[in-house]
Amino acid sequence: MEAATETLTARAPATPAWRTNLTTIGALIVRAKNELVRVPGAAIPGVLAPTIFFLGLNGVFGGLIHLSGFATDSYQSFIVPVSMLQGAGFTGAAAGVNLARDYEQGWVDRLLVSPAPRWVLLAGNVLAASARALIPATFVLTIAFVIGANWPGLDGLVICYLMVAAMAAVAACWGSMLALHYKSQSAAPLMQAGMMALVLLTPAYAPLELLQPWLEKVARINPVTHVVEAARQGFVGSVTWTDTWPGLLAVAGLLVVLGGLALREMRRTNA
Amino acid sequence: MSNLAVSARVVRALGARSIRQTFRRPQLISPIVVFPTLLLAIQTGGAGAGIELPGFPPVQSFLQFMLAGSMMQAMMLAGNSGGIAFAVDIEMGFTDRLFAAPIPRFAIVLGRLAGTAALGLFASIWFFAIGLIFGAHIEGGVPGTLLSMALITASALAVGGIGAAIALRTGSASVVQGLFPLVLVVLFLSSAFFPQELMIEPAKTIAEYNPFSFIVEGVREPIIAGIDATQTLEAVAAIAGIVALGLILSARALRHRLRVG
Repeated sequence: MEAATETLTARAPATPAWRTNLTTIGALIVRAKNELVRVPGAAIPGVLAPTIFFLGLNGVFGGLIHLSGFATDSYQSFIVPVSMLQGAGFTGAAAGVNLARDYEQGWVDRLLVSPAPRWVLLAGNVLAASARALIPATFVLTIAFVIGANWPGLDGLVICYLMVAAMAAVAACWGSMLALHYKSQSAAPLMQAGMMALVLLTPAYAPLELLQPWLEKVARINPVTHVVEAARQGFVGSVTWTDTWPGLLAVAGLLVVLGGLALREMRRTNA
Repeated sequence: MSNLAVSARVVRALGARSIRQTFRRPQLISPIVVFPTLLLAIQTGGAGAGIELPGFPPVQSFLQFMLAGSMMQAMMLAGNSGGIAFAVDIEMGFTDRLFAAPIPRFAIVLGRLAGTAALGLFASIWFFAIGLIFGAHIEGGVPGTLLSMALITASALAVGGIGAAIALRTGSASVVQGLFPLVLVVLFLSSAFFPQELMIEPAKTIAEYNPFSFIVEGVREPIIAGIDATQTLEAVAAIAGIVALGLILSARALRHRLRVG
């Protein structure tokens, strides 16, 4: 019997761990996609909210471009990257809410007894949010082009989408951390409000120089300011490496910090 | 005990329950307090330079101008939260038990609305407190403050009526929750956040006829300038119109709910 087992073990090709992990991440992403395909209505609020904010802010605050110090004459171009990032924030926070729901329904417990490493489970949720964030971003961008936003150039567009996907990952880490800490969907407002504050406490509505002094100070230390400026550069001017690398560094830093905290919560869960 | 006294007790009890329920659930209280406060801070800090634009009404600060908009937002979200909580009661069968009780049906709806109105009052006190803490002047003084509070409370009752009607008609919390974006649309298409004359088309024209613009101007005037009879009457007329709409819709929805169970 022992000999037979040894023979079988020897013959079975060992699947490399990285491949198993990738397969698991892929399966979790497909599960998130299935949710979207099976309940398309669930995606509507995530698409609608940033679109309403975009159109609303443009209609309400569009006159701000007449202030001296505004570098562009197109408020829709100025505000559209913010709305895309806001959509990413909502989508990422929704990933946290879904994780809390999965926890309440016992699905997370089943995942945790699987041999998949904790970081793989987190990565599946986070990467799915990154992919989903492209839907509201594209919708808002299309609306923006229809009402006359500037074409940001291919490089500007790629950087903007990169920032959107990265911000959704940041928001998903934040949402997952809270979901695993509170283990309840009741934490949803905290997930959404946190991301909303992070994205809007930046030069979201007006350039830094035109913000009220307290907000200017907050915006200067808020890392998402660099993300907003990197995403916005193509829409209001030209794309430069000087405006790009701080944004990349900011999302990388946020991912390391919030990803680390989310992973810590996941390791603590049912430990 | 007379029928009126019984109804008053039911309304009071259900109203108190509705307030307790809101404060116990973060998902119900946060739209009323957290989001409008956050937006007030962000919009005041981000668009505060807008008061330098030609045509902006004379104000002490953008915070002073924005207080009415934030109260409106909180009040409308209180109406939405009230509708969600009512729909949850319907889903869980609590409302069916109330329908089976020997109490007037209108008192069940009115109890929920009393709670929503109280939350509107709470929201107005909250934002007046924030305004005063951060240095906003209330030009209308105590009478102006009380008038603005009364208008917000009455508006919460009016908007709550529409939320209750939708909850009764659909019996689904998720449907009522789905109206959340509509609240934002209505607000953005009113003069809640910026003077109507400085908004850009088509929002500018829509805001001119939006009844919520009349309400927000009625609430704002005592804060930025002092009590103005014309604007107060326009606000009262707009609130009365929304109350009438809410009553008609609620009565029809209640009949529908009692018929289909």
